[in-house]
Amino acid sequence: MKKTLIALCTLAVGGMSLSACGGSEAADDGSITMGFAQVGAESGWRTANTTSIQDSAEEAGIDLKFSDAQQKQENQIKSIRSYIQQKVDVIAFSPVVETGWDAVLQEAKRAKIPVVLTDRAVDTEDTSLYVTFIGSDFVEEGEKAGQWLVDNADASDVDKDGAVNVVELQGTTGSAPAIDRKKGFEDKIAADSTIKITESQTGDFTRDGGKQVMEAFLQSNPKIDVVYAHNDDMGLGAIEAIKAAGKKPGTDIKIITVDAVKDGMTALAAGEINFIVECSPLLGPQLMDVAEKVVAGEEVPDRIVTEETTFTPEQAAEALPDRKY
Amino acid sequence: MPETVGTVKALGARAMAHRLFWPLAALGALLVVNLIATPTFFNVRIQDGHLFGSLVDIVRNGAPVLLVAIGMTLVIATRGIDLSVGAVAAIAGAVACVYIVKSPVDGAAGTAVVAITMALAVCVALGLWNGFLVAVVGIQPIIATLVLMVAGRGIAMLVTGGQITTVNNDAFAALASGHLLTLPVAALIALGVFTATQIVVRRTALGLLIESVGINPEASRLAGVRSRTIIWTVYVFAALCAGTAGLIIAANTHSVNANSLGLWIELDAILAVVIGGTSLAGGRFSLTGTLVGALLIATLTRTIPNIGIPAEANYLFKALVVVVVCLLQSPKARAVLQRRGDRTPTSREEAVA
Repeated sequence: MKKTLIALCTLAVGGMSLSACGGSEAADDGSITMGFAQVGAESGWRTANTTSIQDSAEEAGIDLKFSDAQQKQENQIKSIRSYIQQKVDVIAFSPVVETGWDAVLQEAKRAKIPVVLTDRAVDTEDTSLYVTFIGSDFVEEGEKAGQWLVDNADASDVDKDGAVNVVELQGTTGSAPAIDRKKGFEDKIAADSTIKITESQTGDFTRDGGKQVMEAFLQSNPKIDVVYAHNDDMGLGAIEAIKAAGKKPGTDIKIITVDAVKDGMTALAAGEINFIVECSPLLGPQLMDVAEKVVAGEEVPDRIVTEETTFTPEQAAEALPDRKY
Repeated sequence: MPETVGTVKALGARAMAHRLFWPLAALGALLVVNLIATPTFFNVRIQDGHLFGSLVDIVRNGAPVLLVAIGMTLVIATRGIDLSVGAVAAIAGAVACVYIVKSPVDGAAGTAVVAITMALAVCVALGLWNGFLVAVVGIQPIIATLVLMVAGRGIAMLVTGGQITTVNNDAFAALASGHLLTLPVAALIALGVFTATQIVVRRTALGLLIESVGINPEASRLAGVRSRTIIWTVYVFAALCAGTAGLIIAANTHSVNANSLGLWIELDAILAVVIGGTSLAGGRFSLTGTLVGALLIATLTRTIPNIGIPAEANYLFKALVVVVVCLLQSPKARAVLQRRGDRTPTSREEAVA
């Protein structure tokens, strides 16, 4: 047993040093080199995020070194280490999880390489470990959804009984977008006493999860006026469940979602979803802008919110032909 | 009068001794809890020409787990285990959906038939691979199938290009949301596979041979049983069942998400098998038990949103129910409980005397 352990450790150490030696040193010819450690390619949203970063790097003339961590923190740490070895000018990454980054970020700091976080934040006491965080404000997304419902409360009371009964399909329990989108939404609807969340359950951000939970809600609760789903996919699942129950999604039950991916926008344009709050993956241009400023030694704000909008069915129909993801 | 009481007691004892008594009791208890939370829980009505209600949903949504669990039962009976079923389901869904999307006539029923056939053919190949590692190379099943469990999701991601692939094909969608004679097609497929498997293993010697391989592969081989072929067969069958489950899950939302399709379904399936009274040590197995186990899991999944368990407590609630069911099934735990129950009246009698 002991021998196997030792052998495994040797292998692991060997593997690490190999990967660390792998890259060549970045040539210092005045152009900016950026190392980007992506989470993976788990969704259409993420792929659009990757494409945006790659395209805007090319446009800005930034030399991009890209790695895909396949949802594993150790892979991301490994590629960040290799970027430090290669002496890139700036490191950017979307952390897979919130914690456990202090050691590798310290290494980057000692090597005087600025770090930019994108899309997801890290949980650390020492905020000097990174320059800035570019990403969506999930609370604000929830607030936008809630505000729309407050503004359209009368039209949303489908059964005209004076109460707007909302069922909520939450994202993966404990994930930042699920917690924040719930909070923002609740904060806004508190302004109108007729709006109430009657049921709330996780659909794990998936279509299948959203469909199964919605099926249960439809059976146990005959007076649902509004569905608030934390992402488009769960909303699309809910649409299926509502159709199977013989009701018309968007008319008999109003649907609000977050994300604005292509499938969601298609449903919105068809009137099956009523309102979508955008959560944009296209933060490439903002990232390149920040990278240039940081390398030039300019000050940047420590929190940069992605430019995002909201969509009604009419706006969706307009935006749909250009929607890439 | 005392005689009747005696007979009733004896009957009760015999029922309680039955292997499936406790899982069935747990299933019944869960249904009652749901009925209390929602008095209309058992209501089934006709909606657009098919049955519609919570119970129908449970049977339909439970179909994938039941399918995977049927294959898993036979694998476990040979003293094996198949961890790759979730990944195989994802690959099947991915292959079918990508084929349909790429096809020039993506809405045609014929396209769906070709897509389903292709997906199942891929599953046979994957099952052959698992069977090869276990039966020929002799790798322990848990490790052999772990290979495909990890690699399979990667394959599914490659097939879909990492994207959620949405299809528009009514024939394919009918696999999950279609109805035949007012009954959901998904449930009919699962029950059909269940009945066919039950007949094949119990009306032929196959079931006996599987059990003998599970009890002692070496002795069975010496007795003339072709263990290798049997093991190979059960892994291919398990992969086929998993593939069918994957197709139903994909059809349910007209889309495939290689990351989440069938994620952790292997654990649900193993749980269904164990709740049904089949031992992980191999040998004797019960498909009827697996059916009850799968229905229990499907009901449990529906209970959570129905009685309004907060999202944070989902897993805890599930775990509690599973622990209780397993304890009830364990003869040792039951004996301890019974002794406690018996002791109280005896001591009272002594006090009276």
